[in-house]
Amino acid sequence: MAKKPVKVIIVGGGLAGLMATLKILEDGSSVDLFSYCPVKRSHSLCAQGGINACMDLKGEHDSIYEHFDDTVYGGDFLADQLAVKGMVETAPKIIKMFDRMGVPFTRTPEGTLDMRNFGGQKNKRTCFAGSTTGQQLLYALDEQVRRWEVKGGDKLRKFEYWEFIRIIRNKQGVCRGIVAQNMNSNEIKAFPADVVILATGGPGQVYGRCTASTICNGSAVSSVYQQGAEIGNPEFLQIHPTAIPGSDKNRLMSEACRGEGGRVWVWRKNPETGEKERWYFLEDMYPAYGNLVPRDVASRAIYKVVVHMGLGMQNPNRVYLDLSHIPADYLERKLGGILEMYDDFVGQDPRQVPMEIFPSIHYSMGGIWVDRMHHTNIPGLMAAGECDYQYHGANRLGANSLLSATYSGLVAGPEALRLGRSGELGDALTNDELETAQKECVAEFDKIRAMSGSENAHQLHHELGDIMYKYVSVERDNSGLAECVKELREILKRWDNIGLTDHGTWANQEAMFARQLRNMIIYAQAITEAALERDESRGAHAKIVLENEWKDMDPELKQRILDKVGEPTFDPKTNRAHDSKGDLVFFERDDKRFMRTTVVKYDAEKQAPVVSYREFEHSLIKPRLRNYAVAKKE
Amino acid sequence: MAEQKKVRFIIERQDGPNEKPYTQEFDVDYRPGLNVVAALMEIQKNPVTVEGKKVAPVTWECNCLEKVCGACMMVINGRARQACCSLIDKLEQPIRLQPARTFPVIRDLLIDRSVMFESLKRIQGWIDVDGSWEAPDAPRQNPHTAETCYEISHCMTCGCCLEACPNVGPQSDFIGPAPTVQALLFNLNPIGKYNEPNRLNALMEKGGITSCGNSQNCEAVCPKGIKLTQHLAQLNRDVNKQALRNIFNH
Repeated sequence: MAKKPVKVIIVGGGLAGLMATLKILEDGSSVDLFSYCPVKRSHSLCAQGGINACMDLKGEHDSIYEHFDDTVYGGDFLADQLAVKGMVETAPKIIKMFDRMGVPFTRTPEGTLDMRNFGGQKNKRTCFAGSTTGQQLLYALDEQVRRWEVKGGDKLRKFEYWEFIRIIRNKQGVCRGIVAQNMNSNEIKAFPADVVILATGGPGQVYGRCTASTICNGSAVSSVYQQGAEIGNPEFLQIHPTAIPGSDKNRLMSEACRGEGGRVWVWRKNPETGEKERWYFLEDMYPAYGNLVPRDVASRAIYKVVVHMGLGMQNPNRVYLDLSHIPADYLERKLGGILEMYDDFVGQDPRQVPMEIFPSIHYSMGGIWVDRMHHTNIPGLMAAGECDYQYHGANRLGANSLLSATYSGLVAGPEALRLGRSGELGDALTNDELETAQKECVAEFDKIRAMSGSENAHQLHHELGDIMYKYVSVERDNSGLAECVKELREILKRWDNIGLTDHGTWANQEAMFARQLRNMIIYAQAITEAALERDESRGAHAKIVLENEWKDMDPELKQRILDKVGEPTFDPKTNRAHDSKGDLVFFERDDKRFMRTTVVKYDAEKQAPVVSYREFEHSLIKPRLRNYAVAKKE
Repeated sequence: MAEQKKVRFIIERQDGPNEKPYTQEFDVDYRPGLNVVAALMEIQKNPVTVEGKKVAPVTWECNCLEKVCGACMMVINGRARQACCSLIDKLEQPIRLQPARTFPVIRDLLIDRSVMFESLKRIQGWIDVDGSWEAPDAPRQNPHTAETCYEISHCMTCGCCLEACPNVGPQSDFIGPAPTVQALLFNLNPIGKYNEPNRLNALMEKGGITSCGNSQNCEAVCPKGIKLTQHLAQLNRDVNKQALRNIFNH
């Protein structure tokens, strides 16, 4: 007997969305695929360095277990270990699938796949296509999906240049459809389905300038959060150590630079001889991993050297990322695309002179809470890719994001089909329900279009980014986070006073942006509240101890700090703890209280985030403290 | 204090597909490293013309701002290029922005390039894998051929080459350099090669490679430096060989 076809709505056409789409089409079921842009322009294409998979092609006896352990250890033991295990076990199969689909992976002279080093991993485990791996993987899936567009008849309907607005739930509370808007005609329509998968990417635009595309605004995630979806670990945002700062965006300079031998340094006076010298501080501070420490560690080290020791280039703050010692033809083959980008945007040739870089918001480990099969807490609503919180814990290893995006699509697609056939979905949406939802969204849009206050939405967005960078960045403390909560409330209030200059209904980007901005502010509140509540340092979340907190600290954690840096002193102005060398003193990781997933729910009445914690699966690898100064011990 | 240096933009605007174009001028504060997208973002924050008139912000499309997504192609000082990597320091001022009129204009600088994606269907721009499930490994590849594939696979469907090509337009059916050259990418792949005759036959049809006049404008404007002329010549030879095979095999 033929299987009952399922109708799935997928929002987002990056790697996760396209992978899920392909799986569903191969089953004979149908997909309505929504995207801000032609899916070929999705943000997955910005990933540069590569995709991790244990292929063991370099005679290093690499093992899947080692990939598993590196990922869990790199994530500071906050990732669901069973989920990670599934991902790393599937990784080699994913590479082979992409190889068959024609991804032009970089090859060795023998014609086999080349592998490179990446941060937080000792073995060569990263497959790559020059320095545009994400672009090449995305194109392969885009091509396969286009092939289905031709041969699948009406099984695949692409809605490109459509913006997701909200989900629609049936009487039983199951998500059975969405409302979306055509970005050109501004027509708003409701779409029914059996299952909805969000694959809408990260929320980088909450910080304004970041390495993310302008379409990565987290608006869809915030929208379903306000409709009851739980957010997991939103306080964990990856700050990439090496980006080219810019006023419109911070452009990523791949970790592959360091994987291929790039070194990070600043000028300093040698403490003994007093002579001016290049200080390769990562190699000095972390002898075992050197320039290839994970991103959270590298970003904190750069902050320390630049912001606290004042050793960076000043005005603006920068450190050097140096490739100039590597032969030019080797660089061309391995890193060509991004070196050209540096040249394009900075006007200097990185083959000749060291690049000037600084950390930037890059990736969100957190996102919509999902179980291991990618169901959210709202039945019928699934999430995959960067918009979900799975796989990376408190810090993502480089080259694990293309992997998690693809893998989560591989899981979510077939699971959506199972769910669609399970009989657990309740009633299909009635015409009334569809129409009501559509009308509500039209009314909301009309209201936004008519806004005539004195605030400019783009200016307000800029200020939102400034606030988030100021308080919820590499180094956080509770007084700053509390201040941030206040200032965000103020920003949200000012949103009501936005005035548009475009009140029309044809490609009104300004009105659509205003709607996105409100969602961004509300998501920023979730990030900040979660950061405030988590009184520990773990992965990307590093919290400075304040004077009042030192007194009440758990004795065991206090002892760990005392053993490490001795009795701290406190800055009378900031109340921040410093050690005898003047370095900041951070909270220790607190497994007793915080080896739990942060779960943030939106309280619609109070219009505020509510934080709680949830146990997760971590029984396979026993937690141990992370230390990249020495080789990892099992 | 020294007066803030300004950059003047003359922007060709159009309120809808069937509306008449008009121009507006804007001044943006100069800063080092400023590019055209960053300047358009400044106009969004303060959409006021040089005459002091408050207007709707300029509509355009952009995503990655790293010259890899292809979205922000427009005509800048008469030349089709990506706005994100067009540095003000390297442009003559005032800077004139126009939509790429080879494509239908939706609004202002926002254009409809769906025809390019349709052409990718026509040239069958994909590898015919059995499916995304596990199957025997792909064959090894000659690393030099793989490098050529990598070069062609940088094409981001931005449309610069179509805008610059004298043979793309209402006077011709030519699908343009970008989609045409993509056929070579798949023909060079060991699995993709199985379907090479179909791709070459598609290029023999109206609007295919015979419509290329070898003006070589495409390569001059390609933001990715793809050797379009060389690849078009290769495809031309391949198509001719295929034509002969078609005759003798029938």
